[in-house]
Amino acid sequence: MIYAIATLFVFQLIGEVAVQALGLPLPGPLVGMLLLFVALLLYGRVPDALSRTTGTLLQHMMLLFIPAVTGVMMHFGRVASEWQPFLAACVGGAAVTLVVTAFTLRWMLRLQKKQTP
Amino acid sequence: MISSLSGIWVFLAKSPLLWLTLTLLVYLAAVWLYRRSGASPFLIPVLTAVSSLIGILMLSGTPYPTYFEGAKFIHFLIGPATVALAIPLYGQLERLKQIWLPVGVALLAGSVAAILSATLIAWALGGSLETLMSLAPKSATMPIAMAVAERLGGLPSLAAAAVAVTGITGTIMARPLLNALRIDDPAVRGFAVGITAHAIGTARALQVHETAGAFAALAMGLNGIATALLMPLVVGLLKMMGVVP
Repeated sequence: MIYAIATLFVFQLIGEVAVQALGLPLPGPLVGMLLLFVALLLYGRVPDALSRTTGTLLQHMMLLFIPAVTGVMMHFGRVASEWQPFLAACVGGAAVTLVVTAFTLRWMLRLQKKQTP
Repeated sequence: MISSLSGIWVFLAKSPLLWLTLTLLVYLAAVWLYRRSGASPFLIPVLTAVSSLIGILMLSGTPYPTYFEGAKFIHFLIGPATVALAIPLYGQLERLKQIWLPVGVALLAGSVAAILSATLIAWALGGSLETLMSLAPKSATMPIAMAVAERLGGLPSLAAAAVAVTGITGTIMARPLLNALRIDDPAVRGFAVGITAHAIGTARALQVHETAGAFAALAMGLNGIATALLMPLVVGLLKMMGVVP
């Protein structure tokens, strides 16, 4: 477990340093994820210890968002005064995004299947 | 007796331990409720836990910053968890090699659809410019959305609220909507959920189906990058359309 946690922290740290040093418009952890992905490609498999600990962590990912999402309470005022455009954009936007993404991917997968029989 | 109780409360309310422990306990209760309900999307743990916590904080008169002093230890783990998403991603490597082109095209379409739909809907209903720019990156993960919104003249914390509402509603509507559209492939379902509802959708997808979870993680990671890169272009387009000054 400690081995796995250390690995994740090290990659996050490298990601944060890379973002700062190169002025990338991305968050450090995302760069860390890409770097770990590349490292796994080079290593050729996922070490057991890493796979077990990250499995638990990802199973409970929702827990990690609770503190930030609770911060919504700071914006009750703004959301109250503009709740219609705000809510419609979130809900309507989510529906449009789901439909567009799902249809595009399914359509592209079918197109590819036809071309490579 | 009463005064010593309130003395204990004053001590506890200031200590990070109380709010840290409470967040964990409220989450465990929310997970129990979610499982009891047969994994109903209306009872996703983040929704019930956050509602309960806001209720507790308001009733006890606790300001959010005091709460966050304790809860930040949990919040901090978002970073390592994001890094950990590389592992399910790696698990889909063979499949990914075959379908990188469809995935790339769907990413582009979904990312642009997310930014455009949010800003255009809010604009049509008379949202202020600050609100529009806070809503635009709402399908990206929270740290990216906050950074992007700030750069474009939105409010980072309002962007976080938009990300949360989108993540929760997107996760709730995903199953009925995708069923109605007869999208059965777990990879396609997961990918659409990851683009739309970022980490909250991914967390649920990981619980529901292994492939769906991996593709949601992939979609979320890629959409974070795509949103950061596409936002300036889409805002340029919105300027040409006269939506934003």
